[in-house]
Amino acid sequence: MGKVVLVTGVARQLGGRFVRRIQREPDVDRVIGVDAVPPEHHLGGAEFLRADIRHPTIGRVLAEQAVDTVVHMDVNGTPLGKRGSRATVKETNVIGTMQLLGACQKTPSVKRLVVKSSTNVYGSAPRDPAIFTETTPPKSLPSGGFAKDVVEVEGYVRGFARRRPDVAVCVLRFANILGPCADSPLAEYFSLPVLPTVLGFDPRLQFVHEDDAIEVLRIGAGEPARSTLNSGTFNIAGDGVLLLSQAARRLGRPTLPFFLPTVTWVGSALRSAGFLDFSPEQIRLLTHGRVVETTQMRDTLGFRPRYTSPEAFEDYARSRGPGLLPPETLARTVDRIAALMPAGRGQN
Amino acid sequence: MADAKVIPFGEEPRTKRRARRGGTGRTNRAAAPLAPVPAPATEQPSAAAADGGPEQGGAGEAPAGVGGWERKVAHGLNFLRRRITGEYEVDDFGYDQELTDQVVMSVLRPFKEKYFRVEVKGIENIPEKGSALIVANHSGTLPVDGLMLQAAVHDHHPAGRNVRMLAADLVFMLPVINELSRKLGHTLACAEDAQKLLERGEVVGVMPEGFKGIGKPFSERYKLQRFGRGGFVQTALRAGSPIVPCSIVGAEEIYPMIGNSRTMARLLGIPYFPLTPAFPWLGPLGLVPLPTKWTIQFGEPIPTDGYPPEAADDPMLMFNLTDQVRETIQHTLYKLLVQRRSVFF
Repeated sequence: MGKVVLVTGVARQLGGRFVRRIQREPDVDRVIGVDAVPPEHHLGGAEFLRADIRHPTIGRVLAEQAVDTVVHMDVNGTPLGKRGSRATVKETNVIGTMQLLGACQKTPSVKRLVVKSSTNVYGSAPRDPAIFTETTPPKSLPSGGFAKDVVEVEGYVRGFARRRPDVAVCVLRFANILGPCADSPLAEYFSLPVLPTVLGFDPRLQFVHEDDAIEVLRIGAGEPARSTLNSGTFNIAGDGVLLLSQAARRLGRPTLPFFLPTVTWVGSALRSAGFLDFSPEQIRLLTHGRVVETTQMRDTLGFRPRYTSPEAFEDYARSRGPGLLPPETLARTVDRIAALMPAGRGQN
Repeated sequence: MADAKVIPFGEEPRTKRRARRGGTGRTNRAAAPLAPVPAPATEQPSAAAADGGPEQGGAGEAPAGVGGWERKVAHGLNFLRRRITGEYEVDDFGYDQELTDQVVMSVLRPFKEKYFRVEVKGIENIPEKGSALIVANHSGTLPVDGLMLQAAVHDHHPAGRNVRMLAADLVFMLPVINELSRKLGHTLACAEDAQKLLERGEVVGVMPEGFKGIGKPFSERYKLQRFGRGGFVQTALRAGSPIVPCSIVGAEEIYPMIGNSRTMARLLGIPYFPLTPAFPWLGPLGLVPLPTKWTIQFGEPIPTDGYPPEAADDPMLMFNLTDQVRETIQHTLYKLLVQRRSVFF
């Protein structure tokens, strides 16, 4: 008996990689990739169906192909490519999820649903506890943008789980996904030559490496291993924390602090100039930071990330090339000054 | 303990006067007393022994002369190298141990030793390892007492433990302050954070009076306010950590708050706007705290591990324990006040 896996959002790098990975699983028979636009990368021989999940056609696809596992990865913070708009992204996130879940509800063959969510659901506020667990209610609900989409998506998923208790539902709340080909908003932010920051705030950030993200999605989509449970809601993040200032130094990019009230203008200026999506919730993340507890991921889901947050960031930094102030150059400069001193020479 | 205090008193005023004249601006003073290390190291042997850090190395090196300075510069450059390349670790709460030990503590130390001349008693009541919850009184208009408590434990405790203070949410809304606060290991005063820190075996410091304590008028000095809703007892019980009561004398008088401008407080969105004899009339000069003589006394730990797990949900037990802690601190405060000769010496 082989499984039929349907993956949404395969036109993105992460979706493409996941399709290629899941195909190698021994118990997977067929993999169907779905997206509104054809992917530019190859899908490793998986079938591609051009279907927009915002339209009811997706229901027919599910029924015709007798899909039993749905991996919903089309929940994104940034538009695909340069021409996409925020409105389209929001529609895909929210309406797409509604349609997909409606279709899943009508298809009896569906037995498992994995949703790629984000730790954005917690928001970020100064009144929040320093570390979020899966059960922490957010102190201030995200008012808009991707964070609100995610909150709504998770709401629909919970409704679906109530109506179809026979389906194993796994919601994975990913911290910022980074890696050589990640296209998360934070990855775009870190590729700016000079990083705008909020004056007087140094947020704590957590990262997940792409490889880990793929791996945990695979665990969620498969049968649970012994003594683990892969249905429920899980925070996914690498160990450890990086401060924004620290990340900028490791990346070798200078920071440019802005006073909090002016940051919003800078954000909208950058957005209208087409550099990146510097949305209000992104600014809040870069002001107050966000750290999540990952005990559930380890103990219940049985997943141990290969990369810690600093390692994931290092791998990302390596793929981006040196910034304006490479840490190696700075270190060499300090070493040279140290070498000028007699004591420094003695120590080395 | 109380007798031993008498001895240094004869010499104290001179050092104090020198320190007071050393500079009135905060920044000036912070930079200047970093250099003369050997004198206080011999004066307070317990402090020097607890240090073990760069200060002690500097004190030992001083007779060697120039070599010691070069060693220090090399050490500084090494530190700088790690900082500018970002090769340091912070924990999940944002606590930057290296920055705290090497920079912030050296800035706080002159305040602790020269300016407020903090006398630390009963430091042995804080366990060498494992978690503990330090519960202290709160006073002084600005939370200087929290910083001094942290510096005192850091410098005087044989294991050099860092107290993870719990701070009000206002701290985390203010720019710069929130950043420093997180790097010093402070976190938001909420049950979740406190519990996590205690479970990780940290020493957590809490001042349950909160704004009621720190912003009380001068006429009510050393009168403990309500201890919140006793949440700290619940957290300690859940984690099974001992509660160490801590009484701080001297902090009340640093900014004598003779009035509170409610209008200004409302305008600025802060819980109180202090009016002291110097602030805001003298402008920034009014921000200079009075050089009072401080005593920080840690009391006998109150064990909480003997209670059954459901005890944390027993409100009566909560109130009793809260009262016990509160009474202990209040009695110690009175005892210390009776022993105190004057506010400034």
